[in-house]
Amino acid sequence: MATKGIAGNQGPGVRSDCHAALEIKKSGGIKIILNSKVGALYQNSIRDLAAEILNFFHVEHAVLEITDRGALLLVLAARIEAAIKNCLDSREEFLLDMLAENQSSTAKDRRRRSRLYLPGNTPKLMLNAGIHKPDAVILDLEDSVAPDKKTEARLVVRNALRGINFYGAERMVRINQLPLGLEDLEYVVPHYVNLILLPKCETAAQVQEVDRKITDLLAESGLVHPVYIMPIIESALGVVNAFSIASASERVAALAIGLEDYTADLGAARTREGRESFYARNVLVNAAKAAGIQAIDSVFSDVADMEALREVVLESKSLGFDGMGCIHPRQIKVIHKAFAPTEKEINKACQIVLAFDEATEKGLGVVSLGSKMIDPPVVARALKTIDAALDAGLLAENWKEVQSDDEASGL
Amino acid sequence: MGTKFVKNAVGRMIPEEINGKPVIPFQGVHKYITEGRRYAPPLPSCANYPSDGDKRVEDLKTALKKAGIKNGMTISTHHHFRNGDLIANQVFKAASEMGLKDLVWFPSASFPCHEPIIEYLEDGTIHHIEGSMNGPLGRFASQGKMRGTGVLRSHGGRYQAVQDGEVVIDIAVIAAPTADPFGNANGLSGESACGLLGFALADSQYAHKVIVVTDNLVPFPCVPWQIQGNYVDYVVEVDQIGIPEKIVSGTTRITRSPDRLYIAELTAQFCDEVGIIQEGFSFQAGAGGTSLAIGNYFGEIMREKGIKARFARGGSNQYLVDMLEEGLIDYILDGQTFDLAGVRSMRENPHHVDTSPFTSYNYHGKGNFAGIVDVVILGATEVDVSFNANVVTHSDGYLLHGIGGWQNCLFSKTVILPIPLFRDRIPIIRDEVTTICGPGELIDVIVTERGIAINPRRVDLIDKTKNSKLPITTIQALKEEAEKICGVPEPVELGERVIAAIKWVDGTVIDVVRQVIK
Repeated sequence: MATKGIAGNQGPGVRSDCHAALEIKKSGGIKIILNSKVGALYQNSIRDLAAEILNFFHVEHAVLEITDRGALLLVLAARIEAAIKNCLDSREEFLLDMLAENQSSTAKDRRRRSRLYLPGNTPKLMLNAGIHKPDAVILDLEDSVAPDKKTEARLVVRNALRGINFYGAERMVRINQLPLGLEDLEYVVPHYVNLILLPKCETAAQVQEVDRKITDLLAESGLVHPVYIMPIIESALGVVNAFSIASASERVAALAIGLEDYTADLGAARTREGRESFYARNVLVNAAKAAGIQAIDSVFSDVADMEALREVVLESKSLGFDGMGCIHPRQIKVIHKAFAPTEKEINKACQIVLAFDEATEKGLGVVSLGSKMIDPPVVARALKTIDAALDAGLLAENWKEVQSDDEASGL
Repeated sequence: MGTKFVKNAVGRMIPEEINGKPVIPFQGVHKYITEGRRYAPPLPSCANYPSDGDKRVEDLKTALKKAGIKNGMTISTHHHFRNGDLIANQVFKAASEMGLKDLVWFPSASFPCHEPIIEYLEDGTIHHIEGSMNGPLGRFASQGKMRGTGVLRSHGGRYQAVQDGEVVIDIAVIAAPTADPFGNANGLSGESACGLLGFALADSQYAHKVIVVTDNLVPFPCVPWQIQGNYVDYVVEVDQIGIPEKIVSGTTRITRSPDRLYIAELTAQFCDEVGIIQEGFSFQAGAGGTSLAIGNYFGEIMREKGIKARFARGGSNQYLVDMLEEGLIDYILDGQTFDLAGVRSMRENPHHVDTSPFTSYNYHGKGNFAGIVDVVILGATEVDVSFNANVVTHSDGYLLHGIGGWQNCLFSKTVILPIPLFRDRIPIIRDEVTTICGPGELIDVIVTERGIAINPRRVDLIDKTKNSKLPITTIQALKEEAEKICGVPEPVELGERVIAAIKWVDGTVIDVVRQVIK
């Protein structure tokens, strides 16, 4: 193995991150050189952590130089561990405490209107991601991470899953294409990841491979929380196999489409009207719905044009998509608003729920609205619509009282 | 070294003497009432001035000599050109060349462009600075390299100190974008147009000698005369007084940071929910990216409601001018113009009015505008759990910012500080701030991306947000949240030596800044 290892980022634009350079020596003990922007307030805690990690990996003689630009401990720990693992082959992992909030699991049919992409090796963008209230965050190990940074990014993502509070957002990780992606799973599955995005998925076999690996890793760690899979279809072949992919495993909760790669595969330019991908999007929605799962649209890449984004989302919704990707936090609100139910949908849902309440109150087994019978799944969907309307501020919390008042006053 | 320290009304230890002058410790908000009369400069007679009104002299050095510059004098300059000022450095270069010593520099503010002043602090030309010390000068002072003790005042506090004679200005050097040979001057036109010259008003009226320096001399009369020539002794014409692109810096843009935009949005929503944004209200938001975004959100809310504001206090800029021209605001009362749109509007629009620290902030005025404003949006480097706030030092002890109008604005009806909960792992909410610049009793609301804390004294605001969906929490909870994310900061050990005093708006000392030890 090498005697020198480096990890992390440095330079004038770097914030909330650090760079660790380690040189293993034959003698001389441990020397830690710390150059920290926040040294006045945190130098002791940084030095203590560094010493603890070196000791954990049984490094006895080394010079560790840390250039810190205000990194949180979980980032410092990831960088130092990565630098050490450049020098020695260890299967051990230095883990900081896991937040209680991050030991939560999600439901398969949970709302997934927005999912915010966060580059896996850029911790700065992760810290405040949750405050923008996306339905999900995606810690990305694939396209946003340079090939030579793949290993260290895994440790950042692992530590982020354990230590960063995303305030209720579903915690997703996009792994690399297989087979590299299977290795990625080892760093995320034992740390309460909620969903794995499988990029450039073309066959059901790939999904099943990921499924098996997840099952094995959970068993090894003695964990039982659900880990879902969202295959991303990004090629013509993927589109052809969409239904078999969607139904390949119980873990598949949604099917997503990635249009940049798909249009490239077709040899067509990606246009704003999206006629070139119209077929693929329809196929994808249809396959997802046939398999009883969600359909998720691609990202919209012009982060400055909110009006165009709104139009794209409205079109997505009209095609049957349940959500789309975001690459900037400002897109989240626009997406949520556009996916919010319309006034007509809300009114209908209110009527159904009130009818259901009435039937329950009267002890009736059958719910009916006017002359129509209402099936339980319809009630369930209406409740979801109400939730979405409340969430979007389109319906008052006390809507039931208001509605009955209206009825009483003959409105 | 044998200086005694006494505890002031916010619990800070204050020396009894600074720069050889006795100190009055802060006694509480509006507790200290000064007796006596206003300070008056020597009485001039027009017989001693050129009867044709032409007060021009050949250069700055000649003007300083004629003004009688001597060792130990207090020389003032002003920050209308912000980081594009070329004059202050020239004043002290001339003084240094003349071999003068122990001057006191009394700027209305200093900027990084004044880094060359360090040379004159080192060679003994300047003894100490009484004014803000931004960036390099603050670092220099923090390391204990300035011989005297710095004195920081708010814009209003500067006017107060001049009016009650605490600071006697021997020579004021006023850089003016346009002036006539009589000394009438304004900031409305010329290459270095900066809008107004309000920060030089007190100096023109109270300094013993007044020098106007311009690079745009016009024949008499220069109107409007924001600075009246009747106060002016000498006029100097130079090639260039400022760097235009640095005067109207490009920094006045709405933030693009999603986190800051979110804080701005929360702030505007808060103001709306508690009923501040109503027909005829007034506000003041600074030129920082977050403040601009808040002004913009105010505009959206006003449009939606079909209401308008009676006035907005500037720092004016394109965004505020757009709102004025759209009819969302009746008046801009402007203390400082941040871009050319602001300058143009002030020149052309009678509803865009120039103000000064006298009208807006002065403690010795018979009232001032600050208290009339419904809501003011300010920044801070730190806030403590009692809502005391710091704007001058960083948590590592370095003095890096001035007070500006910050202390004066605290007298607004509602004071809101929208700030991130932490910056690069440094929590903003602390058990104790490094330096108290404003007492917590005047600070009402802290808006962070992780929650909004309302000062318990503002029972009205707490009541109004009882059923709100806004993330209302307590300051203690915010502090704990920050420490959970960042870790508990280690105590920072500072030196014994006091390197600067922080004045309150009434001239008492609210806190001192100590030397940083490396």
